[in-house]
Amino acid sequence: MATMSPDSPAPAEPPPARPVRRPDTGVLAVAGLLLIAPFVALLWVSSYAKDSPRLLGFPFFYWYQFLWVLVSAGLTWVAYVIVRRAERRR
Amino acid sequence: MRPHHVDVTVVVIVAAVFLLVTVLGFAAARWRRAESLAHLDEWGLGGRSFGTVVTWFLLGGDLYTAYTFIAVPALMFAAGAAGFFAVPYTVIVYPLVFVFLPRLWSVSHRHGYVTPADFIRGRYGSRSLSIAVALTGLLATMPYIALQLVGIQAVLEVAGIGGSGNAFLNDLPLLVAFAALAAYTYSSGLRAPALIAFVKDLLIYAVVLVAVLYIPGKLGGWGHIFDSAQTALGTHTPKGSIVPGPAGIWPYATLALGSAMALFMYPHSITAVLSTRRRDTARRNAALLPAYSLLLGLIALLGLMALTAKVSTVGFDGKPNAQLAVPQLFADLFPSWFTGVAFAAIAVGALVPAAIMSIAAANLFTRNVYRELLRPQASPAEEAQVAKVVSLLVKVGALVFVLSLDRTLAINFQLLGGIWMLQIFPALVFGLFTRWFHRWALLAGWAAAMVYGTVKAYNVINPTTGKHFGGSAAAIPLLQGRNGYIALTAFVLNLAVAVVGTVVLRMLRVPEGVDATSPDDYFSDVDDAVTDATRHPAQAGSGAPLTSTG
Repeated sequence: MATMSPDSPAPAEPPPARPVRRPDTGVLAVAGLLLIAPFVALLWVSSYAKDSPRLLGFPFFYWYQFLWVLVSAGLTWVAYVIVRRAERRR
Repeated sequence: MRPHHVDVTVVVIVAAVFLLVTVLGFAAARWRRAESLAHLDEWGLGGRSFGTVVTWFLLGGDLYTAYTFIAVPALMFAAGAAGFFAVPYTVIVYPLVFVFLPRLWSVSHRHGYVTPADFIRGRYGSRSLSIAVALTGLLATMPYIALQLVGIQAVLEVAGIGGSGNAFLNDLPLLVAFAALAAYTYSSGLRAPALIAFVKDLLIYAVVLVAVLYIPGKLGGWGHIFDSAQTALGTHTPKGSIVPGPAGIWPYATLALGSAMALFMYPHSITAVLSTRRRDTARRNAALLPAYSLLLGLIALLGLMALTAKVSTVGFDGKPNAQLAVPQLFADLFPSWFTGVAFAAIAVGALVPAAIMSIAAANLFTRNVYRELLRPQASPAEEAQVAKVVSLLVKVGALVFVLSLDRTLAINFQLLGGIWMLQIFPALVFGLFTRWFHRWALLAGWAAAMVYGTVKAYNVINPTTGKHFGGSAAAIPLLQGRNGYIALTAFVLNLAVAVVGTVVLRMLRVPEGVDATSPDDYFSDVDDAVTDATRHPAQAGSGAPLTSTG
């Protein structure tokens, strides 16, 4: 049995992959921006580490982060749709 | 002292749910049945056949463990806002993995890789780097399995079970639970936790929704919960707060980022991802899994509710234990039958990740230690058999760990586990995009960061108990007076060594190892043929959907 060891003889040549089409740079840039936004918003902690304004009794610190759970999920979904369209099979 | 009052209703409901789950676990062997489970792709990856919905439940059950559901509110209960880092952590992890998981899935699908260390082996042609990655995963996973037991223990303790004089009787429920878990994991493999995850998640969602709708009304509303929690936290030493102060900003951000980067380095996360059927499934789930993060945020707030309700967290040993806060809150405020449902949810919540983790550890050991070092000629059937036995041993080890050693030791190891796991990030994630890094430089960076991170974590002294491993944040070198997550500082060191090492090794023309992968492999999808260097040709055409040729 062939192992992954580099010096063992190569196994019978497998059929080549028919990979998905690689998205072009523009598509990747847009998707990238959508995906980076949550990092900026949530890692900039001093921008939201405060009590007011409150919403339904929740300090800003809490409802803002809950809001970002939803926003981030939405942005990720949009990125998914964009990339999937671009990756359609050759 | 905690009274040894056993609530019969609670115990009956927990036992009934547990029985249901055990039946499901064994029945799972027949679910999406394969011709034979005598192959690691079948036993250890569920036939690589899971679609979006199954994966959502499986990953949800895998990543959001019972320990998380106990520990996060416990941290809120003890320290306030610091514990809420779990929310930004579990938000940014998804955009992050969106970028690299599809590539990992594709290359693993194409080459039949079962573990992250398999990929490292193929990518860098380096046995030592692959074994380093495998050992890191094993080392971090074992205590994590043990911690799942701590989650069950907390529930049992509040339900009044245990704490009698007889050590054997105390631990009996835990032993029974684990024996059943071990048995159905052995027979059904990854299909068992995938099926049980449905029950676990539905229970957890139900319990948390009821809790956040029902408890605030009883406690005087959300505004009052936050205000009274703030007052209570002000009396703690060190003082806590519901909003992080200036000193808490950096630890909060670095913990969120470092934990997010480390999460999908864990073998059990990758096992769940590789069990999916298509390249797209992981990416689609990146947009759907935040539903669990919402849940985790609400669970975190239960810790503040426990402060408002002034629950008693004194355990059987007479000492306060913040991990009892949420179970006790349920017991105090819910009717018995619903407390039973809630406790069952937490207990089952421990079984799903424990099963997946033991499978992931077994896969790692079998592929990257057993076959690599001991039996290069092992057949797929032998691999599957070894993995099944190892999954049993791993669970026994976890049980012994929890029952014989101090529980804080398991917690310390889990803290270290996060620090360690992040150190395979350069080899794994950067390796998915580039072969620029030299294999020995990556190994040197990993080794330096492992030592640095462990020493740093050891030197953190808990301000109240005076013990080592007192937390996961320490002063960041070169950044005056700022504290940060040790895993992340170790990661920066790791990267620096890897970059400098690569430049030096290239100048010296040290061999870079053979790359078994090709650029197209990182974009392949389900109907592409498997480049089957790791399997017997006879088996490549049988059974699972992964072998369908396109």
